[in-house]
Amino acid sequence: MRHWLETYRAFLRIAVLEQLQYRASGAIWMIGSVLEPVVFLVVWSTVARSQGGAVAGFTAQTFAAYYIVLMMVNHLTFTWVMHDFQFRVQMGQLSFALLRPVHPIHEDVAANVAYKLVMLTVMMPALVVLWYAFEPEFALAAWSTATFVPALLLAFLLRFLAEWTLALATFWMTRVTAMNQIYFSLQMFLAGRVAPIALLPAWLGDLAHGLPFYYMVGFPVELLLGKISADAALDGLMAQLVWVAVMAALIALVWRRAVARFSAVGS
Amino acid sequence: MTNAVEPVVVLEGLTKSYVVPVREAGLKAALGSLIRRRTRTVEAVKGVSFAIAPGEVVGFLGPNGAGKTTTLKMLSGLLHPTSGAARVLGFEPWLRQREYLSRMTLVMGQRNQLMWDIPVIDSFDRNRVIYRLSREEYRARLDDLTGLLDLGELLNKPVRNLSLGERMKCEIAAALLHRPQILFLDEPTLGLDVTMQRRLRTFIADYNRHTGATVLLTSHYMADVEALCPRVIVIHHGEILFDGALSKLIGEFAAYKTLIVDSDGGRDLSSYGEVVSRDGGRTTLRISKADTARVTAQILTDVSVRDLSVIDPPIDEVIDRVFSEVNP
Repeated sequence: MRHWLETYRAFLRIAVLEQLQYRASGAIWMIGSVLEPVVFLVVWSTVARSQGGAVAGFTAQTFAAYYIVLMMVNHLTFTWVMHDFQFRVQMGQLSFALLRPVHPIHEDVAANVAYKLVMLTVMMPALVVLWYAFEPEFALAAWSTATFVPALLLAFLLRFLAEWTLALATFWMTRVTAMNQIYFSLQMFLAGRVAPIALLPAWLGDLAHGLPFYYMVGFPVELLLGKISADAALDGLMAQLVWVAVMAALIALVWRRAVARFSAVGS
Repeated sequence: MTNAVEPVVVLEGLTKSYVVPVREAGLKAALGSLIRRRTRTVEAVKGVSFAIAPGEVVGFLGPNGAGKTTTLKMLSGLLHPTSGAARVLGFEPWLRQREYLSRMTLVMGQRNQLMWDIPVIDSFDRNRVIYRLSREEYRARLDDLTGLLDLGELLNKPVRNLSLGERMKCEIAAALLHRPQILFLDEPTLGLDVTMQRRLRTFIADYNRHTGATVLLTSHYMADVEALCPRVIVIHHGEILFDGALSKLIGEFAAYKTLIVDSDGGRDLSSYGEVVSRDGGRTTLRISKADTARVTAQILTDVSVRDLSVIDPPIDEVIDRVFSEVNP
């Protein structure tokens, strides 16, 4: 345990150092992360106003709250491993990673957390600006705020494990960009980033609740905003736990096969 | 090389074949391959066997595509063999057990493991935790390596600001911080200038002497091999052609010797052998090994010689000859 703490501490320190080298590109990424929810926020508040003040229970102010929280949750849960893996395999970096006596996923977790921490310096001011510009309306309850924390952690874990597993597709296909695009489109839509799931047609909403994407972003956002009942919140947390377990099992299985394939084919 | 000590590296009939898709040029062939994929099996390493004793430094030679890197990748644990067996330090390498990975290293001259944008010392620190070194061990080894490789100035620079030679020194140091007992070095001097090559060679020899580590290295620079490896293993088309002392390789495969004759007036010596070059009074002749003694005596009687020397051909030429003899 002590060893792992020290490993993560060292990995985090190095990852922060590395992130600080990429201040500019990191900040540009952040502009994208801020712009996306702002665009949808503007669209949906306009729709709400033109519909006489509300759409499916969302007013311009609750839309503002939804998208501001979503911006933070999306920032804290997103990963870039799917973009990275093809490059790693092609450049032979994976060979080195395989020859170290530590699983490569740990360094990815550390790098992800480091980036999130460094970029909070950009996200916090953005949050303040959006707050003043869009005047969000919150109905926070003590129990939902408290449950939000584990829900957010599980969302991070779920998204990280799912995307790390998908990234392993690069062991079987040399060009994974097209497949990644399908995932990103589905995730964008079914996680509640384009519109809150409540605004989707009923059948699509059911589908979203049956797939993992909603539990990566939409669920913790709705939980914090008090959009879901205590029963639904409990169901949501259970669903998150189940999906995390499924992804962890999948990752173990796929990783073993990916490495076996890599060592059969070479690079 | 026979040795009473238990070998640290043992290969028995190690074989690796790859399945590669076959596709002819042209649209028709491309469309055809959509329906029926044709593949072909390429045998990169064919039943290779050898053993290396602890502390040996062995040169692993062969032309491009001979199977050197594939063999090193199997021994380090990156590749799974198609058949055959290998044990390194008592481990089956491709199981990649933590105990094994902590005791070996693979350096590939054209690839780097150091992190590009941060100072070298931080990449080293990353290895400290990865290999679970105590701070004292780490400090001591870092000091050792810094001294031996003269890294002092480089440690606080980001890797991207280093020259190729400086980077290679740091790569090697990073690969040795955990003090591996076995080193697989694939072209460690590739692209380095002569001074830096010599520097690295001296370092590898010192490291071997100090730690008793076993080294298997490939290189295209014969100077590396001559300076470091009493024993060489030559591989070609995936098969071992020669395994033994470097001197024996030269004796066995060098079919000629070179005679350098300094004579007054620079007489034409073409009747004695093939003239390779002539520069004033100095003539360089190539003479078949069997004739060397006779021709040398003849020249000394016939010509007024100021100086004469008989030398073995450069090792590159010998190696080249080994390959061309087997596969004309």
